[in-house]
Amino acid sequence: MDFELTKSQKLFQQMIREFAEKEVKPIAAEVDEEEKFPTENVKKLGKLGVMGIPTPKNYGGAGGDHVMYTIAVEELSRVCATTGVIVSAHTSLCEDAILDNGTEEQKQKYLPKLASGEWIGAFGLTEPNAGTDASAQQTMAVEDGDDYILNGTKIFITNAGEADVYVIATMTDKSKGNKGITTFIVEATTPGFSIGKKEHKMGIRGSATCELIFENCRVPKANMLGKLGGGFAVAMKTLDGGRIGIAAQALGIAQGAMDETVKYCKERKQFGKSLSQFQNTQFQLADLQTKIEAARYLVRAAAWKKDQGMPFSADAAMAKLFAAETAMEMTTKAVQFHGGYGYTREYPVERMMRDAKITEIYEGTSEVQRMVIAGKLFKK
Amino acid sequence: MNIVVCVKQVPDTTVVKIDPVKNTLIREGVPSIMNPDDKGGLELALQLKEKCGANVTVITMGPPQADLVLREAFAMGADRAILLTSRAFAGADTLATSNALAGAMRAIPYDLIITGRQAIDGDTAQVGPEMAEHLHLPQVSYVVDCEYKGGNNYRVKKETEDGYEILDVEGPAVFTVLASGYKARYMNVRGIVEAFEREVEVWTEQNIDVDASKLGLKGSPTKVKQAFPKQTKAAGQVYELEPEQAVDVIITKMKEKFII
Repeated sequence: MDFELTKSQKLFQQMIREFAEKEVKPIAAEVDEEEKFPTENVKKLGKLGVMGIPTPKNYGGAGGDHVMYTIAVEELSRVCATTGVIVSAHTSLCEDAILDNGTEEQKQKYLPKLASGEWIGAFGLTEPNAGTDASAQQTMAVEDGDDYILNGTKIFITNAGEADVYVIATMTDKSKGNKGITTFIVEATTPGFSIGKKEHKMGIRGSATCELIFENCRVPKANMLGKLGGGFAVAMKTLDGGRIGIAAQALGIAQGAMDETVKYCKERKQFGKSLSQFQNTQFQLADLQTKIEAARYLVRAAAWKKDQGMPFSADAAMAKLFAAETAMEMTTKAVQFHGGYGYTREYPVERMMRDAKITEIYEGTSEVQRMVIAGKLFKK
Repeated sequence: MNIVVCVKQVPDTTVVKIDPVKNTLIREGVPSIMNPDDKGGLELALQLKEKCGANVTVITMGPPQADLVLREAFAMGADRAILLTSRAFAGADTLATSNALAGAMRAIPYDLIITGRQAIDGDTAQVGPEMAEHLHLPQVSYVVDCEYKGGNNYRVKKETEDGYEILDVEGPAVFTVLASGYKARYMNVRGIVEAFEREVEVWTEQNIDVDASKLGLKGSPTKVKQAFPKQTKAAGQVYELEPEQAVDVIITKMKEKFII
């Protein structure tokens, strides 16, 4: 049993924290305010190898692990949740999906470009009528010679428009339900593929969230990811991994809000003493820091299990559920501690509270996480 | 071409405390970092490596845990790392340190030696220049810019108290670099992963040809009279105004504080 990060994980934490403080934090408010995708920083992250942390070196990745990847998402989200989710969706939902399910040719073709950040990745499962009920896919893929022809619409797709390659769930045989779902790798330049409406969101406003439109979009059979009819399993497994990333994002938001609150409570004086000297402040923040630390252990344990090749589905669900709810609680309290100032955009906690909410919703709502956890409980 | 960079692991002095009895730094619980000027020096070396394919060796003298700054240097792009560590080096002042480092240099091929101007835990700025003297090498201190001119030639910008000097230098030479001139690159993730798989060469006094009387405490004439932490001041506010407006601001502020 060892709760310490390894030497390389610690050194990585030092690097990514410095990058977050120096490059990401100064533009976080602007990214939010102007709904601006932080292209320059994503390029820098790509150059440093952060866009391919767990991808093996032979596919152009850094050859790190998922614990390191969660450290990256946590530290980036601590100052800018938008930057955190860009890395998370790219790594977990696209790169890992191809790494875990792709053929050797697919890995050779896509992973080096994704790991270097030259290409950005995204994942499309959600549709207007297929949210939590992901099996109700209506995007159809019909076989035609050496290709499949895709028709349909995906919504709420993170990194859409910015991404160069998408992992897309489609229905290849409606009569088979879940077993009729197949995933494909679709390049953004494929004719018949286009980006629809861009969402204006409450939080993570710099992250691009758009609709994907497929109109007779012809995708070669060689781009089928996993087996014909195996797409539901590919999507669920991919989301299990993605949840670790979102849990790390929530953890980062929570820690960031705590950092801001501690700083503020030391400075802010009322009734002749600083807020940090009031026992109400101390007790509330002690409880919250305990939850943040517990979330951190859940996140790292889930990532560690994935690295060890152990089952981690319920662990990822617990990590995401707990970290997301902690982020929401922490950021709400952070605004409260900041009082009127906290409600303004002069302080970052207002943005953090808006950013936190999505972590309870995307990549499986908190209710879905409870379903996954309960499913494991009652399966015995 | 071979470039050797001297780096030092230092306590992050923004959080350091001083033992009032022993007059030494209390290192426990203080994060250790690569000395900022040395990091700037390493950045210069790595930029030269990109321009002319130099081989970059980093060397540090310190306790075994100083190995970590060498790993960091690997992750930034250094090719070879040497840790000079032994009880024989303990208690070294700048003279003994520069003697040990000069001894190591005689055992390493070099065309250029780069150090930071000074370390944030001692602020002496003596080790680089002393080492240059021991090795009979020309030296340029306070380097903020360096242009590679082919062969082993450089055009170097050196900061002075009231401006700067530009010098043409032929190596081998010693440059001491200012962090303000070279913003160090971030470590690369793959470099971090590989940094702990690579070999750091551990050298002792056996590996260098220096008389034992010139090393460690024995070779150190310096005695520390008193050490004290820098008084921290509030960050303050910076105004960039025309003189007339500035006067108004100053007067308003002084009135606010009841100074006038």
